[in-house]
Amino acid sequence: MNVMAPAAAADTLVRVQDLKVTFVSREESVSAVNGINFELKRGEVMCVIGESGSGKSVMMRSLMRLHPPKRTRIEGAMEVDGYDIQGVSEKQMRQLRGATVSMIFQEPMTALDPLYTVGEQIAETVRIHENIPQEAAMKRALELLELVRVPSPERRLKAYPHELSGGLRQRAMIAVALSCNPSLLLADEPTTALDASVQIQVLVLLRRLQKELGMSVIFVTHDLGVAAQIADKVAVMYAGRLVEYGSVQDVLLNPKHHYTKGMLASTVAEQEKGRPLGAIPGTPPDLRALPPGCSFAPRCRAAKAQCRTELPPETDTGGGHRVRCLFPL
Amino acid sequence: MWIYALRRLILTIPILLGVTIICFLLVQIAPGDPIQSLLPPDASEADAAALRAYYGLDKPLAVQYVVWLGKVLTGDLGMSIQVDAPVAKEVGRAFANTITLALLAVALAFVVSMILGVIAAYKSGTWIDKLFTSVAVFGISVPTFWLGVVLVIIFAVELNWLPAAGMGNSGSENFSYWRWEDFKFAIMPMIALALPPLGIMTRTTRSSVEEVLGQDFVQTLRAKGLGEMAVLRHAVKNAMPQIVAMLGLQLGYLIGGSVLVEMVFNWPGTGYLLNKAILSRDLPVLQGTILVLAASFVMINLVIDLVQSMIDPRIKRS
Repeated sequence: MNVMAPAAAADTLVRVQDLKVTFVSREESVSAVNGINFELKRGEVMCVIGESGSGKSVMMRSLMRLHPPKRTRIEGAMEVDGYDIQGVSEKQMRQLRGATVSMIFQEPMTALDPLYTVGEQIAETVRIHENIPQEAAMKRALELLELVRVPSPERRLKAYPHELSGGLRQRAMIAVALSCNPSLLLADEPTTALDASVQIQVLVLLRRLQKELGMSVIFVTHDLGVAAQIADKVAVMYAGRLVEYGSVQDVLLNPKHHYTKGMLASTVAEQEKGRPLGAIPGTPPDLRALPPGCSFAPRCRAAKAQCRTELPPETDTGGGHRVRCLFPL
Repeated sequence: MWIYALRRLILTIPILLGVTIICFLLVQIAPGDPIQSLLPPDASEADAAALRAYYGLDKPLAVQYVVWLGKVLTGDLGMSIQVDAPVAKEVGRAFANTITLALLAVALAFVVSMILGVIAAYKSGTWIDKLFTSVAVFGISVPTFWLGVVLVIIFAVELNWLPAAGMGNSGSENFSYWRWEDFKFAIMPMIALALPPLGIMTRTTRSSVEEVLGQDFVQTLRAKGLGEMAVLRHAVKNAMPQIVAMLGLQLGYLIGGSVLVEMVFNWPGTGYLLNKAILSRDLPVLQGTILVLAASFVMINLVIDLVQSMIDPRIKRS
């Protein structure tokens, strides 16, 4: 186990250094994550924004070592709560999963086992990590359902996932994830599959629980509005790299990267009625064959010849606001 | 649960009635006159008519059916034409011989196919998977009667470990699976019967467990901190309804379709009886045997449905 300097351990929970994730098969290799650096303090919320296929979910799953080891090559260093994620044994990793780090998923419809009641699934998680009898675990499950504001929790405890609505199912999923007081919650687009009104409820709930329980959250979304509401830090991801990273104010109000600016311009809120949305032209690059330079260059209006040959380094523009661009805004 | 079971049970009544009608008509359609085969060649028309009346074959079809159904419901399947014994007794004895053997064969197939199928699904794409899948394909492809003969040649003729055929000295009346002298007669028929279901069920298990392992909730299970064995337990339980459905189907086939194996091993079961009845045009026996087989097929399906609904709570809704 890799132990950090005690001073840093006190308030830095997650430290990711030059993380690279490649999926290898006999035919080809796909570079899903290409060098990510960030740190997350205890109690902080970081939003990761990016298009589909930008490597957001892959990065999250790496933090829990959920990728099949045979087909995945992971380079760089990840540290969560003082544990070296690559270095710990499989047994230790299992103890971390669900207890120190837990995860909620995009599809509440399919993320729960259909054959077990909600109560049984929460109690199962509790009992893996704590040596307590089934009745005590079920009692904890009931408390957790109350915590996530499930109405009539006694009845819902005995309900199967198919008997619940999408919003309630996602609350049940959150209850599973929170059952062992994790220090880090990974939320992989937890509101994307829900109705708009339910989205806000779940979002408000997550924000409140995060504050109450003091946990850190990495929240993947492609909804900038969500990021604005709940994030302390924002990381903008493109083709497996963080192209921009900083506080929520810096990134969303004063974007330095052309991609971030393009994304902000393509939201409905900023636009006049009747005008076409300012969509970013082109498509994300093929992760099997990344261009040598800036991976956004082919779609960037401000791109120069240099952009296509030279990979822009991460540069700090001040106050921890970092950007990967040779000609930032 | 009980309401579902009751509803499902009531639903089987019209199916069973349909089965009796088909059984009854099937025999009527069959060519040949059973009376002619009973009478000596020089018998008169009057003798034939008298015999026809004795068996009730002179009445209209609908009346024959109702009379027959009434008797069937009281457990009277008529008299065998060939051996002059109650059909119910003949069929009952044969059915007992078949069902125990079929249950043993299916149990064997189930246990082995679960082990092979689950490992193959978990190790999907590796050489173990390929090996177990080959075993499954072998099981499906091999004709049971050929396998039966090969088993006899190896274990009875060459090695002289097991008896070649029959049910041993106790006879089918006193046969006991708990006695080795009797049980050894059942071993080879059991293996011959088990191999095709074993192959099919290995494939079913492999594909359904593999499918479940690809579902989203499996990732949730791992993210919760479950070990691989616990994850597999969840996956197998989710695959179970499909596996159980296939198991029921296979048991149904074994009960009805073991004619070839029972002939090879001279095993006095329903298949053996059916074959004998067809060759000798013993219509009451044929009818009774088919009826019992069809009814047990319906009952097996009922049990399978109930088992599935116990495993999967979503089934009760529909």
